[in-house]
This record gives sequence, structure tokens and C-alpha cells, in this order.
Amino acid sequence: MIEIKNIYKSFKQKDGSDLTVLNNIDFTIKEGEFISLLGPSGCGKSTLLNIVSGLEEANSGEIIIDGSPIKGPGSDRGVVFQEAALFPWLNVLENVKFGLKNKGISESEINETALKYIKKVHLSKFKESYPHQLSGGMRQRAAIARALAMNPKILLMDEPFGALDEQTRMMLHYELQKIWLETRKTILFVTHNIREAVQLSDRIVVFGTQPGRIKEIFEVKAARPRSKNKGYLLELENRILNVLKEEIEKVMKEEMGDEYHFEEGSLPWDPDRDMGSHI
Amino acid sequence: MKRVLFLGILIAIWEVIYKLQIWPPILFPSPLQVGETLYLGIIDGSFITSLGDSFKRLLIGYGFALIIGTLLGLIIASSKLMEDTLGSLVLALQSVPSIVWLPLAILWFGMGEAAIIFVVVLGGTWNMVINASTGIKNVRPLLLKAAKTMGITEHNLFFKVTIPAAIPHLITGMRLSWAFCWRALMAGELLGSGNGLGQILMWGREMGNMSMVISIMIIIATLGSLTDGIIFKPLENKVLERWGLAKI
Repeated sequence: MIEIKNIYKSFKQKDGSDLTVLNNIDFTIKEGEFISLLGPSGCGKSTLLNIVSGLEEANSGEIIIDGSPIKGPGSDRGVVFQEAALFPWLNVLENVKFGLKNKGISESEINETALKYIKKVHLSKFKESYPHQLSGGMRQRAAIARALAMNPKILLMDEPFGALDEQTRMMLHYELQKIWLETRKTILFVTHNIREAVQLSDRIVVFGTQPGRIKEIFEVKAARPRSKNKGYLLELENRILNVLKEEIEKVMKEEMGDEYHFEEGSLPWDPDRDMGSHI
Repeated sequence: MKRVLFLGILIAIWEVIYKLQIWPPILFPSPLQVGETLYLGIIDGSFITSLGDSFKRLLIGYGFALIIGTLLGLIIASSKLMEDTLGSLVLALQSVPSIVWLPLAILWFGMGEAAIIFVVVLGGTWNMVINASTGIKNVRPLLLKAAKTMGITEHNLFFKVTIPAAIPHLITGMRLSWAFCWRALMAGELLGSGNGLGQILMWGREMGNMSMVISIMIIIATLGSLTDGIIFKPLENKVLERWGLAKI
């Protein structure tokens, strides 16, 4: 169980003033739950993930995992970044073994574990390949294998599929769901893609901007595999988009000036087809 | 093939100028004369001995330059204070051609091996310092973050992530330092004492033996481009490719 308690985070800006990035973030994640943090860019969702991973510190508030507050990064929380963050001088197998070497287990055990997770993400054929020889999707799968191999209780994913093309992303959605069903890890998943969040999560935490705060939490009450419940999911997408509309407008106004108004009629695409996939 | 042809044309032009007799043959020898001197010098071993002498100095100086350069680079990369103080000093020193140190070196170490090696060390060090510190500072933060989330110790973070990630810069530094050391060595030998390539070049001048001077210059040019082309360039390319930095 992860308790996120009253997190407040601000950054110093160049002119010396403080910019509040996260304000009063407070919610609890249950064991084995798949939670998405959804929101427009700049809402602080990645910052929250970094705070949970221990790479950044909150100004106030705390993260409590199974009763004890976190102090810095640790191998109980695996992280998958938007870019694969593989070590370019190591091949896939060595990359997956990298973290295991800090765990004080025998070499044969390290090898076995690494191979097992490489197989899980279907990269066995490429275990000797170096990152620069892999496609973006394959790199991301290797990164997922590396994170899983550490056997963390919690998997933190920061827009892991954001830089991939649509087909690869759909494949990886499928694989991630499979992995989640098999391992039952708690997954905290950051995304700006409504459809992705709806497809994958048990609950979706929708963030508002300026300052970053929780706007609403949606529960996705649909059985898996999710492809069977298209009608319900689409309706949920619409509801989330309605909540986000105001936030998108705020961001757009900031970027384009006051003349911008979010009007449904002016969408350049069919809202039922493509909605919100790149807000 | 193109290069061989090009070289052939150059030698032909050289021969033509020689035949025109603009300068007396003693000042402007023919390619054939130079070839003969080169051949004889290699056969009787005198060029080889000098080459050995030069290489010994070069390797010692280069070795010191790499070690000192890398260590200083690490120190500079370790803190902002070091970068602002030591780092700017190194930048200033780098703009001083190392041969400028020779007069001082001769006073300190006497007119001998040590003075020349000192100049060689200074020739290669500063560049290595800059490359090493740039390499360390430019390690992608993402890689460090990723390693931290895997519960890595500070010690391993440095040796297993920072250093390997900096290797492309270190290799580039080694390659450039080699070239700088080579130049410093030749300058040092021209002015210093001993029996290296630079010294027999000067000796050739004193004897009015232009054919020897040109032979030595050919040896210097060939060696410089061979070490770069056979050792350093392939090594650098291999590393850049592995690290995913190769230009496509």
C-alpha cells in the first residue's frame, strides 16, 4: 500500500519566486492496483512520480509504503522512464543483470532471473544486442524487463510509451496488461493519453494545472481484457475529457493568449475517434 | 587507390621542379635521392634507433599526460568551485603551446631527456583534462537516475555508470592528446638534445643534408597518420558506434 500524504512541492524560478508544482496531493494506492496519473503537460504528474521513486524530494508531506516513509530511491520501486534509459555500453542481458548485481545473489541466480524476464518481454532473440541496435519499442521492453527483474513491489512508469508509434504502443499495452495480471505488481502509470489510461488502469487520478492538484479520481469498472467493453470505456473517456477540458483551455490560453477557446465544434478531428490522445 | 594516384602525381610534380633546376640539388633533392637516403637510413639502423628514442619519450610523456589529465579532469568535474578555479586555469594553460615551457624545463631539469618529456607531458595533459571533465559532466542524468532506482551504491554509481558513460569523451581525449604529444615531442627534440627524430632532423640541416631532412619529415608524417588511422580512429569509431553516438 502506498499512502501519498499531503504532498506539496515547489521549484525556485530564475527570478527568485516560487512556482508551486504540486499542492495538497493526498490519496492512497492499494496493493496490486494499477493507477494512472493523467493530466496535461505541466500538471506535476511526473514530479509526483519522481517523488514516489525518491529521485526528488517534496517540500512537505510524505510517501509511506507499507507503513514506513521512503528515504531516497530504492530497489523496492522500479522505474521505467519515457526514454528507455538503458546503458548503451551493455547489451540487453547485461542491462537486465545490472541492478541484480547489487542484490548480493549468486551469479547463476542473476543469470537465471535476467533470462526469465527477458523472455517475459519476448526479447530472448535479442539478448546479445546493444540498445542502439533495437527499435524504440524493444528498448522500452528491455527497460521494463530490467525494472521487473529487480522484483520491486511497485512499478513506476513515467509516460513509458509516449515516444512510440501507435501500433507499437498498442502491442505494449497488451503486453503490460499481461505482465500486470501475471505479477500483480502495484503500478503507478503517468500518461497524458486518456485512452491509454482508460485501457490500462483500475483507477485514474486526473490532475489539474497551476498549481498541480487532484481534480477527480475515476474508477474504471470494466473487466479485462478491456477490448470487450468498448461502449463503457468510450463513455468514460468522454467524462474524463469533460473534466480535463477546463485544464486544457488553461494551458492553451497560457500558450496562445486569451483568444483561444476550446470549442468542440472546432476540433479538427472526429471527437469519437481520436479523442484526447495527444492533449 | 585514389590516394596512391594522388601521391604519384605529387612525386611527379616534385621531380619536374627538381629537373627545372630552380634551386641547387643540395637544397632541393630529387625524390629518388630522398628515397635512397630513407632506404639507407632504415637499412643501417640509424633512423630506427632515433625512432626508438623518440617513441620512448613519446610513450612516457603520453602516459603521464593521460594519467595526470584524467585525474585533474575528475577533480574539475567533481565540484563547481574546482571548475571555476582549476578549470579556468587549465583553459588558460591549454592556449600556451607546450614548447614555450622548454626554456623553463631546461633550467629545472637540465638539457636532457627530462626536459623534453616534460614538454611532451604538458603538450598532452590539458586537452585530456578538458575531455575527461566534459565527459564526466555530460553523463546523461537519466542514466544516473535509472541506476539510483536500482539501489546502486555511490562507489558503483561512479565506476559502473559515470566512467563507462564518459568513455567516448575519454577516447577522443586520448586521440587528440596523442597528436598533441607528438607535436610537442618534435618541437622539443628540434631544440633539445639527444638522438631522436627531431634531433637528426636538425643534424641534417647542420650538415646541409636536405635529403635527410626530407626523409625524416616523411617518417614523421607517415607515423603520425598511421597511428591515428590504424589505432585511434578505428578505436574511436568502434566506441562511438557501441555507445550509439555514431554519425549515420
